[in-house]
Amino acid sequence: METLMSILVGVFFAIGTYLILTKSLLRIILGTSIISHGVHLLILTMGGLKTGGPPLLGLDSLSFTDALPQALILTAIVINFATTALFLVLSYRSYKLLGTDDTSQMRGNEDE
Amino acid sequence: MNNLIILPIIIPLIFGMFMVIFRRRIILHRALSILGLAGTISVAAMLITQIQSKGIQSLNIGGWAAPYGVTMVADMLAALLLITTSVVALFVLIYAFKSIGRDKEEHYFYPLFLFLISGVNGSFLTGDVFNLFVCFEVMLISSYALISLGGEKGQLRESIKYVLVNIIASFLFLIAIAYLYAVTGTLNMAHLSVRVAEVGQDGLMTAVAILFLLVFSLKAGLFLFFWLPGSYGSPPTAVAAIFAALLTKVGIYAIYRFFTLVFYHEPQVTHLIIGIMSAVTMVLGAIGAIAYMDIKKILTYNVVVGVGFILAGLASFTAEGMTGSIYYLIHDMVIKALIFLIGGVIIAIAGTSKLKDMSGLIQTHPYLGWMYFIAALSIAGIPPLSGFIGKVYITQGTFASEYYWLGAIGLFTSLMVLFSVMKIFMNSFWGETILSEEMEKGTTKGVMLPIVALVMLTIALGLGAEGLHDYVQIAVEGLMNPSLYIEAVLGGNGQ
Repeated sequence: METLMSILVGVFFAIGTYLILTKSLLRIILGTSIISHGVHLLILTMGGLKTGGPPLLGLDSLSFTDALPQALILTAIVINFATTALFLVLSYRSYKLLGTDDTSQMRGNEDE
Repeated sequence: MNNLIILPIIIPLIFGMFMVIFRRRIILHRALSILGLAGTISVAAMLITQIQSKGIQSLNIGGWAAPYGVTMVADMLAALLLITTSVVALFVLIYAFKSIGRDKEEHYFYPLFLFLISGVNGSFLTGDVFNLFVCFEVMLISSYALISLGGEKGQLRESIKYVLVNIIASFLFLIAIAYLYAVTGTLNMAHLSVRVAEVGQDGLMTAVAILFLLVFSLKAGLFLFFWLPGSYGSPPTAVAAIFAALLTKVGIYAIYRFFTLVFYHEPQVTHLIIGIMSAVTMVLGAIGAIAYMDIKKILTYNVVVGVGFILAGLASFTAEGMTGSIYYLIHDMVIKALIFLIGGVIIAIAGTSKLKDMSGLIQTHPYLGWMYFIAALSIAGIPPLSGFIGKVYITQGTFASEYYWLGAIGLFTSLMVLFSVMKIFMNSFWGETILSEEMEKGTTKGVMLPIVALVMLTIALGLGAEGLHDYVQIAVEGLMNPSLYIEAVLGGNGQ
């Protein structure tokens, strides 16, 4: 299971990196959010994948699931949600003002 | 347990949230932000006296014993940076009162400013790696809003780059945390230190350490500073000054924390990499500072040189080098804020940042000119100003650990820095006065108070270096001897 997840994480990273390297702003933002999914899955995988273990440590339960990675992912998702929202607004505003969403045309000259 | 530790994070946060409710009451905003920063200054001062008498202070949030809960830790390094942050922020805030403009004030400038300070303070005080990530994000999200506030073309362009670079850095941070958790099974820094010391820092651990170094280098502008000159040049002066003074320093602090507390077992690998990166940073930054004829560009490249120099002290990994770094870190926060503020005033008066289009300002603004001169000498480390003592100790440290090339590059780039800041002085203040007082685009009225105060501070830090020495020694002792930190956080648990 861990191997499968690792391959999946790799695929997410590859797609995200490809999208970030394109010129369109919207694709870049989509790329960052796909990478973020990859990162979250990575945290989950790194915590160890177990089936059937409750997240509680008791006298009669010998196998338990570590709940910390889930807590970390939850926090990371919330933060990522906020930054993606802000990034979308920022790129919309720049599209309105600069008249383009192509990063190669955005450069402009220094005197502006 | 010491509840004081949480206050520097909570005070700015609560004041900021309160201010958001009253959007148009600008006077209230100003009063509350001054009050909030004054509050954090007094808390930081109290923390320093407590740490001096009782050692490193810690707080387990919610009563969950370390290493299971989130722990806040205040050691001397954190407390010294905390008080410097608040003092510098207070002066930059006073500068912002006159210069930032009604429009930005109504669009939540002051609350964002306080949220930024809250994130910075949190990063200094946290004892948990994931909590460090969260505090970084609090700081970064406020900085995204501050850098794009105003929404001019150049600003938006630069803020997109800035946001993208930092989002990617945050992903790398999370990846590094995931690996670290997989290998050690803990995120509490003190506990990490114990576990890494137990199992030894093998190749895998060192690889994780280098990933962390990469993340913090992106934030600090160590070697990976390609995003820095553009994004620190575009926002209004007050914002650029607080960014230059604080944001890179948080990255530097994180590198210090990790490579003295957790990953200190293989200095011939990790610390050598830091040394090489800092040497390259100093050289490239100095070349940038010399090459440009634009005040903003010269000053932002000076930020880069400063980062390289501070980390040269860590690369040496000796007590002298660390002492120098702490002195220089405090000096750099003050002086970068000061020089950005003066640069901003020059640009406001001349109406341009191009050195070719200005000359002879000393005729109409003698005080500003001489204060710039003092700041320029201090940035280059001329005695008796504040940069000197740090430079001496860092150079001594690099020589003691036989990194002669690093010390030599540090000294050589200091000369280049002096040349670059003197270039601004000669071009803008000397020569024929081409701007009469009526033609000036801006004024110095109301903005001189923070500049004078910061100049006083740099002189005081230089002359009073002896008085500061006791505190710096306690901080260095904490850095060179991780067991003090571990003992304060874990007590007897988890060993």
